[in-house]
Amino acid sequence: MSFNYLSTIVFLPVVAAILIAALPKLSDALIKRIAAVFTFIPLILAIIIFLRFDRSSSAAGAIQFEENLAWIPSLNAFYHLGVDGVNLPLVVLTAFLGFLVVLISWKIDLRVRGYFACLLLMETSILGVFCALDLLLFFLFWEIEVIPMYFLISIWGSGRKEYSAIKYVIYTLFGSALMLAGILSLYFTTGSLSMLDLAKSGLGAFTPVIPLSTIFFLLFTGFAVKLPVFPLHTWLPDAHTDAPTAGSVMLAGALIKMGGYGMIRICVSIFPQVARDYASLLVIIAVVSTLYGAALTLRQTDLKRLIAYSSVSHMGYVLLGIFALGQVSLTGAILQIFSHGFITGLLFAVAGLVMHNTGERDLKKLGGLARQMPIIAVVFSVAGLGALGLPSTSGFAAEFLVFVGSFSSTIVSGIQVYTLLAILGVVLAAGYILWMIQRVFYNPVLEQYNGVKDADVLEKIYMFAFIAVIMLVGIYPAILTDIINLGVLPMVSLLG
Amino acid sequence: MMPFLVWLIFLLPLSSFIINSIIAMLVHPVSEGTRGGNLRNKISGYITIATIGGSLILSIWTLLSVMALPHHELAIPDINWLVIGDKLSISLGLIVNPLTVVMLIVVTVVSLLVQIYSQGYMHGDPGYHRYYAFMSLFTASMLGVALADNLLFLYVFWEGVGLCSYLLIGFWFHRPAAADAAKKAFIVTRLGDFGFLAAILLLFANTGTFDITELSHLAITGGLAGATLTWAAIGIFSGAVGKSAQFPLHVWLPDAMEGPTPVSALIHAATMVAAGVFLVARTYPLFAHSVEALTTVAIIGGVTAIFAATMGLVMNDIKRVLAYSTISQLGYMMLGLGTGGVAIGMFHLFNHAFFKALLFLGAGSVNHATGTFDMRQMGGLRKIMPWTYVTFLIASLSLTGIWPFAGFWSKDDIILSSMESQPILFVLATITVFMTAFYMFRAVFLTFGGEYRGGDPGSHGHPHESPPVMVVPMVILAVLAVVSGFWNVTGSFGVFLGHGETRSFVEGFFGIFTHPLPWISMLLAVLGILLAYAIYSARWLSAEHIGSLFKPLYILFSRKYWMDELYENIIVKKALLGGIFNGLEQVDTHVVDGAVNGAASGTIAGGGVLRRAQTGQLQLYGLFIGIGVLAIIVCLYLFG
Repeated sequence: MSFNYLSTIVFLPVVAAILIAALPKLSDALIKRIAAVFTFIPLILAIIIFLRFDRSSSAAGAIQFEENLAWIPSLNAFYHLGVDGVNLPLVVLTAFLGFLVVLISWKIDLRVRGYFACLLLMETSILGVFCALDLLLFFLFWEIEVIPMYFLISIWGSGRKEYSAIKYVIYTLFGSALMLAGILSLYFTTGSLSMLDLAKSGLGAFTPVIPLSTIFFLLFTGFAVKLPVFPLHTWLPDAHTDAPTAGSVMLAGALIKMGGYGMIRICVSIFPQVARDYASLLVIIAVVSTLYGAALTLRQTDLKRLIAYSSVSHMGYVLLGIFALGQVSLTGAILQIFSHGFITGLLFAVAGLVMHNTGERDLKKLGGLARQMPIIAVVFSVAGLGALGLPSTSGFAAEFLVFVGSFSSTIVSGIQVYTLLAILGVVLAAGYILWMIQRVFYNPVLEQYNGVKDADVLEKIYMFAFIAVIMLVGIYPAILTDIINLGVLPMVSLLG
Repeated sequence: MMPFLVWLIFLLPLSSFIINSIIAMLVHPVSEGTRGGNLRNKISGYITIATIGGSLILSIWTLLSVMALPHHELAIPDINWLVIGDKLSISLGLIVNPLTVVMLIVVTVVSLLVQIYSQGYMHGDPGYHRYYAFMSLFTASMLGVALADNLLFLYVFWEGVGLCSYLLIGFWFHRPAAADAAKKAFIVTRLGDFGFLAAILLLFANTGTFDITELSHLAITGGLAGATLTWAAIGIFSGAVGKSAQFPLHVWLPDAMEGPTPVSALIHAATMVAAGVFLVARTYPLFAHSVEALTTVAIIGGVTAIFAATMGLVMNDIKRVLAYSTISQLGYMMLGLGTGGVAIGMFHLFNHAFFKALLFLGAGSVNHATGTFDMRQMGGLRKIMPWTYVTFLIASLSLTGIWPFAGFWSKDDIILSSMESQPILFVLATITVFMTAFYMFRAVFLTFGGEYRGGDPGSHGHPHESPPVMVVPMVILAVLAVVSGFWNVTGSFGVFLGHGETRSFVEGFFGIFTHPLPWISMLLAVLGILLAYAIYSARWLSAEHIGSLFKPLYILFSRKYWMDELYENIIVKKALLGGIFNGLEQVDTHVVDGAVNGAASGTIAGGGVLRRAQTGQLQLYGLFIGIGVLAIIVCLYLFG
């Protein structure tokens, strides 16, 4: 029997979480080392499967590294994991962030045991969501994540942390309830929980218990809360702002991506016809999300809140790319999911460093820090330029593919106008990103920050790891798009 | 071997950027007496100069190769970059034709001279390595703009030069004015780039390609025509308007003078701001087949030329005068493209690059000596700084368009072609000649004439001529400011770029005066110089008196037509940030999030109400049960 890569990747972090929680008398330093080792191995394995992934065109639509075991036979539920071009990049992203958030959390000294247990449990649940090919398994992983995130925000957070944490939980559960209703309706209609079978056979042969479009929107709303999509986004700024740095990185970098992934894997793949019918509406929502998010971002004066709102805007591009329903636009949407994970993950990581080192997060009180923390200034600027879509960063490659794909899409009429409106978001992005960089790093040097430290060695290592990926994908996007395309191809053939 | 050498033109400065960035992060400047300190402090400058020198040699070699080829085009194989099924296929390729090589020569020559000059100007600056890293990246990106054979990569490098411009304007980032100017430059040009990107998408959606040669071919054969072509051309032009600081997106360029002066010379005078002109020239077949688009280019260019010149008349900061002059000259180039053709616009770009870079280097040299850019604090520098004076004077004569300096030849072509097709713009362009002569010689007389007025009040010490490392590049540029125009005296520049026919040198050199137009423009230029002389040198007329005579105009020009106020205060601050965006924020807090919190508090309130029913009194529960049973019976009776 071959080595079960995916199971190992998914469950190693939770094994570490159990070890950390259960073994008595572990020192803080040892806990951190265990966490680092048990997240580093999944990262290496994820890179191995990325390299070993069959990229030939005959592999289009094929699931690789598949593991399929009967799980609950009476429900027809399977323990079914596998990767194709759609989720492989997201597994790599999550494994990468999972390891780096451990490094980012190296200076945590409050209740270390609980903190790392939560962080590791969360990584397993997100990886599980991205690997699962069975709807029940998917939902299970989807729900697990809420609990550790709640504790991370409410215990290790800042500001109105209790409010934000409970808001996050209730909002997420609201979304999941609808999603569960959608999954059950799908199950009672078809008797299957396999995403692949449902996508392959189509729903045409079944008599749905409730209209297909209702099932579609139950599922869509669940995912839309997570992505988030206007007007279901208000949990995000609160949760991102008040979470600890690692929590924000995980939230913005990997967690909200589950929403976009769900839309592609379930809404579009299983309901291609419904997606086509409602594409115009969803594209309009995407444009509203983009511009509304960007407008609100321009009004923020809190460092983390600004980055959080920019995510709302950037996720609008994901939605646009998905429901433009073209091969190029879907590829762009997945690339944008990946790219935004790295760029915004880095922005939050560096913002966390700035806040940790200066003790200040109000943009009106910061300034001139490029003199005191030059390395951090460079890294933050690169991440910022990625966020505003500068060529040679992954942000440009992704957004460009979304735009070119949407503009040329033949499914939604008048999409050219919507695409152009969405591109205005990029102009606004230049405004808020450059304003933020100026507020933090430029302008006269302030004396009160004279003793402030720049990044230390560990921080430099993880920051440059982020930058390396952002630039690599930006300069040669084919490294990912060749893979993504294999996953997108079967979907596009369903869309006709 | 040949393709690799062409690639090297771009890769050499790029490698310099990478090396210098590493140096900037690792090597901190040490005091000069230290052993090896000199090399350690200056290494990045040497690397930059060596690599750009290499690019220059290769560019000259490419120029000669292209000239020798019968079709003037060198084929370079493409490299696959991104393929998505059969929907999208982008390859990375270079186009090497006359337009490319002209631009390569301009960029490498000016860049090399500016880098040499910068060794003196930036001497002792703590950001010395960072400066050269950015300058190398800029040069690489600018060469990329010249070489890219498809619109996507052109756009990539286009944004790259914009980034470098941002980084270099804000080089002294601790000064709020510099940081603001950098941000403004990036955002305003990005507004123009919005149109450029839209045009790229529009062209791709209609043709399925980004390749400039293919697109040009489609425009020529009619495969691309009508509204699509016009909108695409106008979109491309909007990118050019942003980058080349044309009306109404010109507002960023004067502010960009906050950057170090050599940066202004290279980026904001000779090369990057001319990229807009180059872009239009590169995609010229698209414009040529749309009358609307071509007319738009001509009108925007002609209007910008005179509009910017009026503001140049009243500025007291020498760099601002030059900045408005640059905008005005870029307007001329656009006018040339819109009325004449590629060769006419590009020829002015070619000449302008040398004399305008020289003017900026002169301004930098003057600033090096006096510590200020305010011409009211200068004066009398002709005796103290003879080299700077002479070279500045040559460049001014060239800019003014005095025969036989370079500027004369290209400006004359533009005015001639506008006379043939756009009479109104021709009149504007001719009036602009007078204004140009006036503001330029106003600057010359204020800076170099009369007696020294003390320089920057904060600085002490006597002004002196700049060191040779700064003077030599200026002298070389001064030579170019005279002779660069001779390339087209015989008409061979035009022929090289596919326009016009050749004549003998003598015929071109003197025969030009058989036409009345050069006489008119020369006369206007001389009148402008005389007026400047009368006011600022001989003082027959009082500047204050004339200022008060034309007070409304003076205020209008010196307040820059209130366009900064309109954009920054009214549109951005009041209408967008304070108005719409603020309104949306209120909506977000009170309506969207209000509904969420409302749902929560509604649930709690509802629970509070229902809680009252739970009194714990059995009698009350009994009463409710009774009412319930009764209600069921009634219902059954009525509907059963």
